[in-house]
Amino acid sequence: MFQALFARLGSKQGKPAKPPRAQNVRRFGQGLQNLASHLLDATALLGQVTRDLGRLARHPSLISWKDISAHLYRSGAQALGITALVGVLVGITLSYLTAKQLQSYGADIYVINILGISVWRELGPLLAAILVAGRSGSAMTAQLGVMRVTQELDALSVMGISHTIRLVLPKMVALALSLPLVMTWTSCMVLAGGMIAARATLGLEYVQFLQGLPAAVPVANLWLGLSKSAVFGVMIAFVACHFGLRIKPNSESLGTGTTASVVAAITVVIIVDAIFAVMFSDVGLKA
Amino acid sequence: MSDCIEPGSTEAVDELDVRPGDPVIEVRHVGTVLGGVRIHKDLNLEVTAGEVLAIIGGSGSGKTTLLRLMLGLERPSEGEVLVFGHKLGKCEATDLAQVRHRWGVLFQQGALFSALTVFDNIALPLRELKSLPKDLIAELVMTKLQQVGLKPEDGIKMPAELSGGMIKRVSLARSLIMDPQLLFLDEPTAGLDPASSKGFVQLIESLKREMALTVVMVTHDVDTLFAIADRVAVLADQHLIAHGPLELVVNQPHPFIRNFFLGHTDRCAAENLRSYRDALHHRDELPA
Repeated sequence: MFQALFARLGSKQGKPAKPPRAQNVRRFGQGLQNLASHLLDATALLGQVTRDLGRLARHPSLISWKDISAHLYRSGAQALGITALVGVLVGITLSYLTAKQLQSYGADIYVINILGISVWRELGPLLAAILVAGRSGSAMTAQLGVMRVTQELDALSVMGISHTIRLVLPKMVALALSLPLVMTWTSCMVLAGGMIAARATLGLEYVQFLQGLPAAVPVANLWLGLSKSAVFGVMIAFVACHFGLRIKPNSESLGTGTTASVVAAITVVIIVDAIFAVMFSDVGLKA
Repeated sequence: MSDCIEPGSTEAVDELDVRPGDPVIEVRHVGTVLGGVRIHKDLNLEVTAGEVLAIIGGSGSGKTTLLRLMLGLERPSEGEVLVFGHKLGKCEATDLAQVRHRWGVLFQQGALFSALTVFDNIALPLRELKSLPKDLIAELVMTKLQQVGLKPEDGIKMPAELSGGMIKRVSLARSLIMDPQLLFLDEPTAGLDPASSKGFVQLIESLKREMALTVVMVTHDVDTLFAIADRVAVLADQHLIAHGPLELVVNQPHPFIRNFFLGHTDRCAAENLRSYRDALHHRDELPA
């Protein structure tokens, strides 16, 4: 019996390995093709969303308020706990680190400026966006993916119910509303953490910190942070829906699609953030 | 039953009526290539009003794809598909919306919206019209629930709490809520045990008679074919290798047909079919 087995093993011939260079070229080509198909699909989705926005403007009764409110609750209210925890911890760390550096220059009080500006302008919006992308973005992609697997998307199509109006737009609107709110909450929490650490390391009183904040942070930063967050919200929901609608009806595609969606959403948020940083470099900063 | 819906468009119903014998679906020279694989080549098929067409074929022969082509969920690479005289994918949006209100689809796994209750699932197509009062919707949904053999209290259940047979019934109720003229069934009895499968076929048969439906179904189940199919279309090797009444198709020499009807050839003779269906019909009229 073993002889037969070994004989078969011996006779088994592997495929001739392709030269590595050809394989790399091929992989590169496939990657490009994949990217092109993503961009094509995203453009199509964007076009569809724009068209349906026009339709909704003409027939406001088609807007599904119920879905918007459900997503608002899930991506906003339910995210308060985790964003608060992360916010406070980041605030403590940041404040502690900067306090140590500032102390050596005797510039203790500037911890308020550094924290205030960086939190309202960058840290708050980014932190909130990344957390919401991980929480709600993945959930949105998975929801659409499961609906593809169970043919619920097909069922909607044959009933003549638009995917964009019923599924995509409510998510985009909900995140555009909830992310600025979550951002405000997260920023407050980061500042609270920073305040605690500043008192512990520098002996800076809470009242002093709170009174110094409005003077140190021009109000334009607040508006910049809020509007940035609204844009991030729209981008996260759009990317999540794009990946969700591309999922093929099998469980492997569901897993890879959800992962890719979160990675792409966070990347897009950071890219858009960089664009904002360049565009508004002279807004809200004292020379 | 069919005169109680079609809200807001009662005058339009008359011109949308189809007479028996009119073509409802026309598949013309359709070829399909999906993901670089050729699935269909030059398919031609016509479904006329009032008939029950069954599409059979081996796994991977493209039955479900053909159904999806007819539903406009997939675009053919060549040729065209017309439903109620409108070219799918090339007609006006309002025409397409009109067509979609005139058909109902039963998906293989039911495709119930898992976030909604049974009641809300069935009511969804009506609510989308945004023009019906709440109590009328409730009344219509209850009528449909009863029509498919479910109890009013089943309406508050979630799809996850239902058995396979009940999911199919709810899904059938949802597909019939707009009182369609055309019904698509994707594997109506797949995954059901023999008893519920027989019950479901009886239900479809009685609804079909009651509502004067045109039915297109994809099936593997020989019993379903015997019970309701007027014509059978056989897909194999990218082509329709046969289509016609069951008693003619069964005698074709193609190996797939031979295997499919193995041991059932005698049952397909015209008189045997008739007596089988009469028996089914009469049992159907007995109180449940």
